[in-house]
Amino acid sequence: METLAVMKTAQETIMARIREALRLPAAKPHLKSASIAGTPAKASRPWLPDGGETPDVRLTVLTENLTKLKTQLIRVVDMSQAAAALDELCRAKQWKRLAYHAHTDTQAIIKSVSCETWQADAEFDKQKLESCDAGLTTCEAIVAQTGSIIVSSSTNGGRSLSILPHAHVVIARVDQVMGDLADAFVFIQQRNSDHMPSMISFITGPSRTGDIERILVLGAHGPKELVLILVG
Amino acid sequence: MSTPRSQFLSDAQVATDNVAQRGFLRQALGGYYVSRDVQKARYRDWEQARDAAAMAKWNAVNRLDRTLTTFATKFERNGGKIHWARDSAEAREIISKICRDAGAKAIIKSKCMTTEEIHLNDALEAEGYGVVESDLGEFIQQLRKEPPFHFVFPCMHLKREAISELFTKHLGTAATDSPEELTMIARRHLRQLYVDADVGISGANFLIAETGQISITENEGNARLTCALPRVHIALAGIEKVVERLDDLAVLLPMLATAGAGQPMTCYNTLYAGPRQPGEPDGPSEFHIVLLDNKRTSLLADPEQRDALHCIRCGACLNVCPIFKNIGGFAYGTTYQGPIGSVLTPHLRGLQQWNHLSGASSLCGACTEACPVRIDLHHHLLHNRRNAVLAHVSLFDRLFHDVFGWVIGRPKLFALGGKAFRATLPLLKKLPLPYLSTWLKSRELPEAPKKSFREEWKRSQS
Ligand code: SF4
Repeated sequence: METLAVMKTAQETIMARIREALRLPAAKPHLKSASIAGTPAKASRPWLPDGGETPDVRLTVLTENLTKLKTQLIRVVDMSQAAAALDELCRAKQWKRLAYHAHTDTQAIIKSVSCETWQADAEFDKQKLESCDAGLTTCEAIVAQTGSIIVSSSTNGGRSLSILPHAHVVIARVDQVMGDLADAFVFIQQRNSDHMPSMISFITGPSRTGDIERILVLGAHGPKELVLILVG
Repeated sequence: MSTPRSQFLSDAQVATDNVAQRGFLRQALGGYYVSRDVQKARYRDWEQARDAAAMAKWNAVNRLDRTLTTFATKFERNGGKIHWARDSAEAREIISKICRDAGAKAIIKSKCMTTEEIHLNDALEAEGYGVVESDLGEFIQQLRKEPPFHFVFPCMHLKREAISELFTKHLGTAATDSPEELTMIARRHLRQLYVDADVGISGANFLIAETGQISITENEGNARLTCALPRVHIALAGIEKVVERLDDLAVLLPMLATAGAGQPMTCYNTLYAGPRQPGEPDGPSEFHIVLLDNKRTSLLADPEQRDALHCIRCGACLNVCPIFKNIGGFAYGTTYQGPIGSVLTPHLRGLQQWNHLSGASSLCGACTEACPVRIDLHHHLLHNRRNAVLAHVSLFDRLFHDVFGWVIGRPKLFALGGKAFRATLPLLKKLPLPYLSTWLKSRELPEAPKKSFREEWKRSQS
């Protein structure tokens, strides 16, 4: 009980300090523009990097960004080609165990792979997931402007599948490609309205670090390789 | 006894004398300048984008009473638990208690400067917990028992040879001069530790009032793992980290990455809403957020410098600061180094003791120009100098200025004084005078001219 009383006081003290502090207004920052019309997201849209207005331009922007980020892009026309591409990846990289989550798209393309497959969201086992060479997931959306792939914990296999295995393969469709981050946030809010999944991650390239002499190394803790199989 | 000021002066002197280290820092930052400029060029208008980023933070901080309350309410509705900490001690106690209640054995951490600010690791270790830093740079600094050198690039002062030796000593690995191999050593070492940890501790880059989510920015994936595998997740965040809207991140995330590391986007930008939800296969069963004041409200109470709370900790101001590039990160003796640290620390730890940091600036304005959220950094340093003088004038300063003011009001006397000064300059150089002797330690004083400017002017006019 006593800790409860202390906690309440801490909140009250801090809120009282904040209200007291804000009684003196602060000037707006010195801006280049006269003022910002609307929300920062809307206002900044024409100033940020361009994501492309039409689907074709978006795909071009996306392709360029993925290359720079060292995300491997595989374009295929249908699911059977996607399955063939995945099988080839498994062979080329000599993966022994591939983890995936339940989804029609993932299940459609793992059928023909030659290595062992394991459905990670059936009964979660972090030790077993750690021993997997690759994780296969779907995604929520893709952002052309930044080359980001958005995954959520509720629809794309949870939190660990896209981060713990040594490689991450994403199966997606071209109509999931959006222009910019502002579009993506509108989409996320509409799709989840008032109940957000516990995790939503914007993945922009394979894991990396520059901590040693500022030299880029891929695969710091997360996947060393990120592959996007884009259907359509 | 050493004071923060005397310690700073001697550490800065040692660092400045180390020419090789300074060269190494500049070289390490060289690559950053190039990639930052490449990325900035992709913006259709970087300067105006800074306006939007500045306004996003201004909106949230100047309505902090509402934004913070909304955030806390929404966050708890998603199933997490909010804790409030007035100061470091309270924050440490809250976190220790969560670990005790969880029956924790092993704790894994992702990078979080706020935990450095409250000295969390020492407190947890004193209670017998093993605490492992998982960010590569922080991991290296933890092995070296050193604080971070730079709050974004924690071990940028180290050469690969030093890191290789460190790993050989602590992990028993073979020597290597490849950054890639060194990174893989850390990767292999840490993987099982993620799996075994019961508690994961992270920071938060943004607290989103609109949705009650927190946003964590990182490159390595260590924060993703820290927030995925342990059964308890604790995030520590300063109260100023709030933004009003989820889509504020549409401008803040890319700008943080570009300003801070020359990237289009940091590799993982992750929103966490709460503990594992029904239907999700994994994730922690408890999610706690500790909201820390620790004097932030006294900075909030200063409308002139309130914008220092807009800081998104990108580190850009350090990377361009001529002082940082010369004295490095350790000499500051603060949690936050560089210009933003020099602005914040006097507020957080006391103006009189830390005012010397306001002098650690050439007032060139490079920091202000680099800041993605338009914090008026170098003017704040100037204002801190003023405030410190207003609060306490030393006897020497007062005498000097009084006498100088009196003399300069009397032209004849001033001319006489000038003459005397020019004549005695060679002698003055040798006397242990305040300011002058320090200044002369590393500088050559030019010969005094024979005539004053006014004498010279008169001559040329006649
Ligand atoms: S003050 Fe500005 S430039 Fe410096 S770290 Fe903060 S946001 Fe970045």
